[in-house]
Amino acid sequence: MPSEAAVIEAVPAAPPKSRRWETRRNIGDKVYKWILTVAAVSVLLIIAGTIYELTMGSRQSIAAFGLRFFSDSNWDPGRHLFGALPFILGTLYSSFWALVLALPIGLFTAIFLSEMAPRWLERPVSFMVELLAAIPSVVYGLWGLFVLQPFLVKYFEGPIANGPLAALPIFGGTANGYDMLSASVILAIMVLPYITAVSRDILRAIPRTVREASYALGATSWETIKGVVLPYARAGIIGAVMLGFGRALGETMAVTMVIGNAPIFKTDLFSSGYTLASVIANELAEASGLYRSALIEIGLCLFLITLVVNAAAKLLIYYTAQDLNATGGKK
Amino acid sequence: MRTFSKTLGCAVLALAAMASRASSQDLTGAGSTFVNPIMTKWIYDYRQATGISINYQAVGSGAGISNLIDGTIDFAGSDAPMTAEQKGRAKGDVIHLPDVIGPVAISYNIPGIGTGLGFSGPILADIFLGKIKYWDDPQIVARNPGKNLPHEQIFVVHRSDGSGTTAIFTDYLSKVSPEWKSKVGSATTVSWPTGLGGKGSAGVAAILQQHPFSIGYVEFAYVEENKIPYAAMDDGTGNYVYPSAESAMQAAQSSTIAEDLCTMITAAPKGYPISGMSWLIVYKKSLKAPELRKFLKYVLTTGQKDTKALWYASIPPEIVSRELKLIDSIE
Repeated sequence: MPSEAAVIEAVPAAPPKSRRWETRRNIGDKVYKWILTVAAVSVLLIIAGTIYELTMGSRQSIAAFGLRFFSDSNWDPGRHLFGALPFILGTLYSSFWALVLALPIGLFTAIFLSEMAPRWLERPVSFMVELLAAIPSVVYGLWGLFVLQPFLVKYFEGPIANGPLAALPIFGGTANGYDMLSASVILAIMVLPYITAVSRDILRAIPRTVREASYALGATSWETIKGVVLPYARAGIIGAVMLGFGRALGETMAVTMVIGNAPIFKTDLFSSGYTLASVIANELAEASGLYRSALIEIGLCLFLITLVVNAAAKLLIYYTAQDLNATGGKK
Repeated sequence: MRTFSKTLGCAVLALAAMASRASSQDLTGAGSTFVNPIMTKWIYDYRQATGISINYQAVGSGAGISNLIDGTIDFAGSDAPMTAEQKGRAKGDVIHLPDVIGPVAISYNIPGIGTGLGFSGPILADIFLGKIKYWDDPQIVARNPGKNLPHEQIFVVHRSDGSGTTAIFTDYLSKVSPEWKSKVGSATTVSWPTGLGGKGSAGVAAILQQHPFSIGYVEFAYVEENKIPYAAMDDGTGNYVYPSAESAMQAAQSSTIAEDLCTMITAAPKGYPISGMSWLIVYKKSLKAPELRKFLKYVLTTGQKDTKALWYASIPPEIVSRELKLIDSIE
């Protein structure tokens, strides 16, 4: 180690042996600490830089529309009118339905994997679920366009649109498959691995003694899961769901290919819609001036929504944990 | 060790040499994706003939113009001329040089009906406005005697991404329909009254092929390569014209082209009415003037022979001679 010699030479006088050793260790520690600090601070700088760039880029649009940008639903680049409301609602709505679809499947799979599955089945199922996360989103999009969309039209949308259920406010519209439903189903599949894998790990982390205590009191397996395991894991499961929600909000390619890309918002699942990420992907290349600035503000908007969702998740987890501690104390 | 440093030195020198060569001779361009197929061929052939490399990035017309304004590229490819506002931000006077003409085909999918339905401009505008809703509408039937048009809803498909194709199509509709002009207007992306959006010409062509009773507009290359049926358009005098290299060139020949060559050739007196020119935009004063002049001349002379094989139309000789004079003024 050449550096060792260098360091020793660098120490001026001849201090006591132990102190010399101390100094050397201190320098190593300092360098180490310094490297870690730089890494951590660079994350902060990247986020600060992103916010700065997004804000500077959307200056023109902010000056032109102010808060109206978020409440106006008219998106008309030809006339330089930009309102982001349909995109904001479309993003939240498609992600909401994705969670509604993915949460039960994801959670039940996680419970099965951690509590009930025999070992020979648990490994391959876990692996398959994680594999879902590794598929590129454009592949999901193509699959959605050529497989899922015709399937939904034929076996789900068609029968419903022609049946009595069409009277419900969420089913109507033209059942052509380029709509919120297709987007939500694709998103549900995409967030499924996140919800499943994180929930499973959290359930697994619950100490064995907790379950054993419940069984010792005579609880059945169902009672143990419902009454002990799930409440214990509640905060973590909420975290998993929010992670999935955040993922769904920002998903671009797959959604763009099936949602129909119409800048209108309807609660009807069979109507075309649009999301924040999709409109940026679709329109940024040909945009300039105010138009470009408005699209960057859409990016800022998406960033803020993600921030709010994450903050909400943190709060929710905090209060759930508090709640659990309180009731746990009483019991 | 010495050999290693020698090798390294040589490598650095070679890199430096390459870099300096790149800065002295090579050209960089960016912009329109529409011209990318033929640009790729021009660049390849030009390098074979002269040894000069040209780098073209198909990032979209809007982005290409932004790069030109920032001065990071030598030429931009664009499907729409620069606006007055863009010219104001540019670093100097620019010239627009049409390099190819592209017809935009109206394509549809009606089982049992092949190429050759006839449309007039106002009928097309009413379909895209959502006013004509069924294929057996009396106006369509009157123009297509003997064709068995079904009583099925028309499924309108447009581009969801900003594109020059949309600009040409909506410019045409604005010229033939006052209602379209006042309600929608023309731009690379507009606020569509009806229908849903597919991403890129490939996306629109995919939806057209999958959905019976749909109608949409795509670049001519897509209908030819995918073998999907397309319409003949009334040129305003009762003659039906099919999109082709010849009919698109005729549209340019019969239009009055302005001094700056920035004319939209839609709804021309003769030829296929939904055609548009694509432009190469350069600064009048350029550090690489000799290289630019040489390449631009190649594009407008030898390069024009490649147009037809790639489903474009070539620039009429009378416009080429005007362009060559403009090219000589670059210094």
